[in-house]
Amino acid sequence: MRSVLDKLWVGCMNYTDLVGFGEGGWGRVLIAGAGVTSAIAVLGFLIGSILGSLVAWAKMSPIRLARGVADAYTTTLRGVPDLLVIYLLYFGGNSLLSTFAGFFGANGFVGMPTFATGVLAIGIISAAYQAEVLRGAFNTVAKGSIEAAHAVGMGRWLLFRRVVAPQVLHYALPGLGNTWQLALKETALISVVGLVELLRQAQMASGSTRRPFEFFITAGLLYLTITVVSSLLFRFAEYRSACRMGG
Amino acid sequence: MIDFGFLWQAFVRLIAGLPITLELAATAILVGTVLATALAIVAHLRVPVASQCVAFFVFCIRGSPLLLQMFIIYYGLGQFRHELQSWGVWPFFREPYWCAITALVLSVGAYGSEIIRGGLKSVSAGLIEAARACGMSGFLLYRRIILPIAFRQALPAYGNEVILAVKATSLASTITIMEVTGIAAELISQTFRAFEVFIVAGAIYLTLNFIITRLIALLEYRLSPHQRDLPVKTNIEARP
Repeated sequence: MRSVLDKLWVGCMNYTDLVGFGEGGWGRVLIAGAGVTSAIAVLGFLIGSILGSLVAWAKMSPIRLARGVADAYTTTLRGVPDLLVIYLLYFGGNSLLSTFAGFFGANGFVGMPTFATGVLAIGIISAAYQAEVLRGAFNTVAKGSIEAAHAVGMGRWLLFRRVVAPQVLHYALPGLGNTWQLALKETALISVVGLVELLRQAQMASGSTRRPFEFFITAGLLYLTITVVSSLLFRFAEYRSACRMGG
Repeated sequence: MIDFGFLWQAFVRLIAGLPITLELAATAILVGTVLATALAIVAHLRVPVASQCVAFFVFCIRGSPLLLQMFIIYYGLGQFRHELQSWGVWPFFREPYWCAITALVLSVGAYGSEIIRGGLKSVSAGLIEAARACGMSGFLLYRRIILPIAFRQALPAYGNEVILAVKATSLASTITIMEVTGIAAELISQTFRAFEVFIVAGAIYLTLNFIITRLIALLEYRLSPHQRDLPVKTNIEARP
């Protein structure tokens, strides 16, 4: 019993040295990785919001072609593994860029910047999910409020800004929170094309120390921290939104 | 121009990975659903300590990426090789295939348990009282009344979960399993034709997911005869 406790204690001490901020500790690097992960997730989510609103708008458009394209977009991206989309963007982007560079006289390989690929991939995938959420939220907007806005003579843009957008955002917040969590977890997949975010950083650390278990668990704790903090923020936003809607 | 020859070649290569994708998905969904049901019941009954453990487990699985969980099981557990060997489970955790299955099962179990718990909540108290009045208790009550209703209620949401599980099998390619996505990555790195390979692989996944969606819709239809309109029998004959 005694020896097991000792072993455990030594193990804990080793662990704090391993992931700490002191000499030979990987703490700072891992935190930086978590920063990169958060940055990709936030930027990707924002791109996803913009693209997702456009797709949602197209889905409700009276033009048949627009609806068809938007439906095909969401069906494809929600039905195909995210990893494939990342491969397409990264390797497809590489060959496109190389061809383009060839036109301008550069020869040889031009690679996609991995950070941009990551942000773009998260944005494109997240847009498909956000479009569905936004469309669902739009359908719950009280039609009477839109009629009333028309009646008082609001123009299209004003109507959207003052009446539609606030209501859609209010109804969409819980769903958007879910898509945010998805986006955050998807960032881990970008590690396969070599972007050094949290998971890749943990992989590199475990490669050089041969202690994968500790590093992956630590990375997991950091992911959980980001999840908890962001879900608290979303809950706060929902609360504020409910106050403003008089709910 | 579209090179149909290449598309066909890619299809032949990629379809060879389909059995493994199907195996991974089927095992994950079947075993995962059993786990999900058990977790959901524990959480629903609010078993002290156990339900808190379930909540913590679900929180950890849902709050971190599946890829990370797969790495913890495949690479991380390798660090405890001697302990695992002495317990006799090392042959299991040595194989990337079983590691991938374990990660997928845990994932389906955690996400699925939340959905099934929602289904359990929706079973009305009156039904349970009626069953108790008929003398059913414990296991029989669950088997005959609560679980069938809960499953039926949870089925549409569970269908989404099944699709997500099929998509998640692609992560197994990162721990050297050559399923459809793994072969796609290999093909892309050999031919540099990412777009064509993506189209073929994407079409395989979309077809698979389309079939699954239809199957679940069919199951839903079969399970809810009470919500359908009654077939109307008329005695009115056409007048001459």
